[in-house]
Amino acid sequence: MHRIILVNNMKPYLDYASTTPINKEVLKEMEPYLKEEYGNPSSLHELGRKAKRAIDKARKRAAKFLSSDEEEIIFTGSASESNNTAIRGLVKGIKQEKIHIITTQIEHKAVLETCEDIESENIEVTYLPVNKEGLIKIDDLTASIKPETRLISVMYVNNEMGAIQPIKEIGKKIEEINKERKDKIYFHTDAVQAANWLDCNTKELKVDLLTLSSHKIYGPKGVGLLYIKKGTPIKPLITGGAQEWKLRAGTENVSGIVGMGKAIELIQKNTNKKIEFIKSKLIERVLKIPGSQLNTPKQSAPHIANFSFKGVEGEGLLILLDDKGIAVSTGSACTSVSLSPSHVLMAMGSSELEAHSSIRVSLGNQTTEEEIEYFLKILPESLKKLRRISGR
Amino acid sequence: MYSKKVLNHFNNPKFFGKMKDADLIGKAGNPRCGDLLTLYLKIDKKTNKIKDIKFETLGCAAAIAASDMICELAKGKTLEEARNITFRDVSNSLGKLPPLKMHCAQLVTEALNDAIKKYKK
Repeated sequence: MHRIILVNNMKPYLDYASTTPINKEVLKEMEPYLKEEYGNPSSLHELGRKAKRAIDKARKRAAKFLSSDEEEIIFTGSASESNNTAIRGLVKGIKQEKIHIITTQIEHKAVLETCEDIESENIEVTYLPVNKEGLIKIDDLTASIKPETRLISVMYVNNEMGAIQPIKEIGKKIEEINKERKDKIYFHTDAVQAANWLDCNTKELKVDLLTLSSHKIYGPKGVGLLYIKKGTPIKPLITGGAQEWKLRAGTENVSGIVGMGKAIELIQKNTNKKIEFIKSKLIERVLKIPGSQLNTPKQSAPHIANFSFKGVEGEGLLILLDDKGIAVSTGSACTSVSLSPSHVLMAMGSSELEAHSSIRVSLGNQTTEEEIEYFLKILPESLKKLRRISGR
Repeated sequence: MYSKKVLNHFNNPKFFGKMKDADLIGKAGNPRCGDLLTLYLKIDKKTNKIKDIKFETLGCAAAIAASDMICELAKGKTLEEARNITFRDVSNSLGKLPPLKMHCAQLVTEALNDAIKKYKK
């Protein structure tokens, strides 16, 4: 009886790659800055100085996590803004007539669409393909380098299917290549989906630019971060104030920055094992369902499992699961804005129907085995229902 | 995002399934947009009325709900009347589809017209 009640009340949130619940300790540290500590960090009086100290502390925590100097960190309004600043800001800052950028076909849209947006007669972009495992080839990357190449942007962990790119190896390679060049190639990585799980030491990774998001690490929404290595010629996208080392004007989101700083401090890589275990169990059981396929490669972050199911469409499946209290995402985009499915799965060689039939299950620090059991109970009946409707 | 009516038709469609002895079959959609649908029609030869209608749809919630709705709207109508069903009729009968999903209503009317077109030949 007790079990049944438990199952009925269950609402498994399996969408941690979209966003994470805010950590209680994070919220506690933020609260004063939403209430009595309302000072503007630019003000010279005490209230202002207290706010300034709070963001300094957050910056210190971030610098420790990234093994960087505090002067190398700016807080932004989102990881999308950080990616935009990295790309557009660098292009603005480089005095060169023609600039070539190298990125990948599986980047987050904040990188992909920014690159597409700035492509012009003088700005050329190469989009590297990936193999079936979702990985770029380093040989492809080095072969694409031209005399005008000034920026390489490769994401650390893919948000849709979880593949981990060899950032450290790429960083090392670019460093070698730079030794023989007059004009340095800058290396950016979007580490949003990596922060909870993988090494983000910028010295080890040999990156010049690195993006993080607060709300993917149990911090508040509306805050991002960009690591900018000393000497990187970035220009601000938002002007009108000296905030963030003159690289991002606007009064700081004090409580948000404080929250992100705390969230960074609380990142614990020791949850990897537990989540990896739950994920492997999940994959094993889902693959036993006829017509199911795993899109997540072996070399992947612990929290993401992406599946395709023959004869169903991802959004329909999402809505059936939602009806039973289960939250997941889909790579299908059945809207008239963009009818084409996941660019990531397509780049990995999925067919259009496979990409449309995909769902992403992503786990986090509160995921339990019971929740996965419940998901595994609901999933087959949902698939059966949709397959009866599709006749496939 | 979806109205209650859309969700009802998606969760409990009445007209889904194959029809072995269909007089007309209409198809619409393509793999790129992810929606593939087939309508099966049984025609009363004397009255030219749609006696029975069924659908099979691989697609999102809106596509499945719209498929069910066009069956509901078309059943009992003459082919001439059924041809006049517009995507707006489908959407309105579902308590309006979200604007981004309007193409699903277009798709089901396309499938119906594809079937009816074959009858004339």
